[in-house]
Amino acid sequence: MSARPFIAAPWAVLAAAVAASAASFAYLGVDFIALFTGDSASQMARFAAGFFPPDLSPEFVARTGRGVAETLAISALGTILAAAGGALLALPASGRWSVWLRPPARLVLNVLRAIPELVWAVFMVLAAGLGPFAGCLALAVHTSGVLGRLFAETLENAPPEPAAALRNAGSGATVAFLYGTLPVVLPQYVSYALYRWEYNIRMAAVLGFVGAGGLGQMLYVSLSVFKTHEASTLILAMIAIVTVVDVASAWLRRFLGS
Amino acid sequence: MSAAVQPATRDPALGPRLVLVAVALLLLWPAIELAEFDPRKLADPGTLAVMGRFLSTFFPPATSPEFLALVLRSTIETLALATAGMTLAVLLGLPLAMLVSESLSTSRIGPARHAWLGLAARLPVRAVLIFMRSIPEIVWALLFVRAVGLGAAAGVLAIGISYAGMLGKVYFEIFESGDTRPARALLESGSARVHAFAYGIVPVALPELVSYTVYRWECAIRASVVMGFVGAGGLGQQMELSMRMLAGGEVATMLLAFLALVMIADGVSALLRRVLV
Repeated sequence: MSARPFIAAPWAVLAAAVAASAASFAYLGVDFIALFTGDSASQMARFAAGFFPPDLSPEFVARTGRGVAETLAISALGTILAAAGGALLALPASGRWSVWLRPPARLVLNVLRAIPELVWAVFMVLAAGLGPFAGCLALAVHTSGVLGRLFAETLENAPPEPAAALRNAGSGATVAFLYGTLPVVLPQYVSYALYRWEYNIRMAAVLGFVGAGGLGQMLYVSLSVFKTHEASTLILAMIAIVTVVDVASAWLRRFLGS
Repeated sequence: MSAAVQPATRDPALGPRLVLVAVALLLLWPAIELAEFDPRKLADPGTLAVMGRFLSTFFPPATSPEFLALVLRSTIETLALATAGMTLAVLLGLPLAMLVSESLSTSRIGPARHAWLGLAARLPVRAVLIFMRSIPEIVWALLFVRAVGLGAAAGVLAIGISYAGMLGKVYFEIFESGDTRPARALLESGSARVHAFAYGIVPVALPELVSYTVYRWECAIRASVVMGFVGAGGLGQQMELSMRMLAGGEVATMLLAFLALVMIADGVSALLRRVLV
C-alpha cells in the first residue's frame, strides 16, 4: 500500500460522501445541535455526572467479580462447544463424506454465521430461559458457523499422505482420520478456537443485554433501575476485561510467535 | 525378543490423554457451574412448546404490503444511521488522530521550548481515544438510549463515539507508518503544520485511510442492526419487537432483509475499495 496512485477523482468521491452523509442526517431528522445545546445539554451533563463515583463497596465489587467470572465462563464454554460443533460440521463441509453433503453443510455454516450472536441470544433466552446458559448457547451456535468454516478450510488444505498411508496399511477410515489427519490439523484448530475465544469474551460481556447473563445483564438491570453508580463499576469492569484480553493476547502472540 | 517389533494394538498415548481430558473437565467444572450449564432446560416441555410455535410461524415470512413498507423504512433508517454515525466518527476521529500524531510535532525537528507541552496534550487525547473504543459500541448505544431516548439519535451517537475511538487509533497508525519524510521536510522548511499535513501526509496515507473508512462503514451497518436490540433505532429495534411478540414470520422477513443489507454493503464496500484504492 505504498505510493499507489489514487485513481478515481478524489473530489467527486468526497462530494458523494458528503452528499450521502447529509442525506442520512436529513432522513433521520434528528436535531443533533439541539441535543447538545441548552436544556438537553445540561440534562446530558447531569446524566453523565450521575455515574460518579463508581460503587466500590466490597459487596458490589464482589458481585461484579462474580459477573466477570460468569462472563469468562460463558465465553469459554461457548467456544468449547463451538469448537466441537465446528469440528463436526467441518467434516461434511470439507467434502470428506460425500460431494453431495458439501453444499448443504456449507449453507448451514453460513446461516449460523450470518445471524448475529445477539439475535441468537434472543432465541436462546426463549428456548433455555433467562441466564448465562442462553448466552453460552448463543455463542456456541454462532461460533460453530465461524469455526466450522475455518476448520473445513484447514481440513481441505491438510496433506492427505499420513491418512492415506494408514489406509494403505489396512486401518479403517475413522482410525485413519484420528491418527493421520487430526494430529496435522489440531494445532490450527486450537489457534482458531483461541482467537475466537478472545472475541467471544468481549461478546459475552454484552450478550446479557437481552437477558443472556454475565456482566451485560447486570449492567442492563442496574441502568433500568437507575443505579448509575453500580453501572459505572460494571462499565469499568468491562473496560478492564477488554484491556486485559487485548494485552494478554498481544503478549501471547508475541511469546508464541518468537 | 519379538515383542519389540510387535506393533502396538492400543494407542500408547491413551493413558496420558485420558488424564489430560479429566484434568480439563475438572478445570472446567467451575465454569459449568457459573454458566448454569444445564441442557435439561432445553427439554422443558413448556418452553419447547413455545419455541415450536414460534419456529413454525417463521414460514411463510410476513409479506403484507404495510409490513414490507415498514421493513424498507427500517432498512433505510439502518443505512442512514450507519452513514451518519460514520460521518460523526470521521469528524471526531480525524482531528484526534492529527493531534496524537508525532510526525506533525514541531518539537521533533529540533530543540523546542515547549516540547513537554506537546506531550502533555497528546497523552490525554490518547487516553480519550482508548476510553472511547474500549467501551463496546452496544454499551454506548444503551447509555445514549438512556440519555437521549429511544431511536436513531442514540445509535448515531454510539457509532460516532466508539468508531471515532477506533478510527483515531488506526488513522494515527496510518499517518505514522507511511513515509513521514515529506511532512518533516515541509515542517523543517518552515511550513505550517496544516500544510505539512495536507501536502506531506495525506497524499501518502489517503488510499489506506479511504479503504479503512469504507471497511468501517460496512462494520457500522452490521453494528447498527445489532444496536437496535437495545432500542437505538433501525432494523434491529423492529426485529426485537417482533421477537418479543413471537411473530416468527416478521422475524424471518427482517432477517432476510438484514442478510440482504449486509451482503449489499459487503459488495459496495469491496467495489468502492477496488475503485478508489
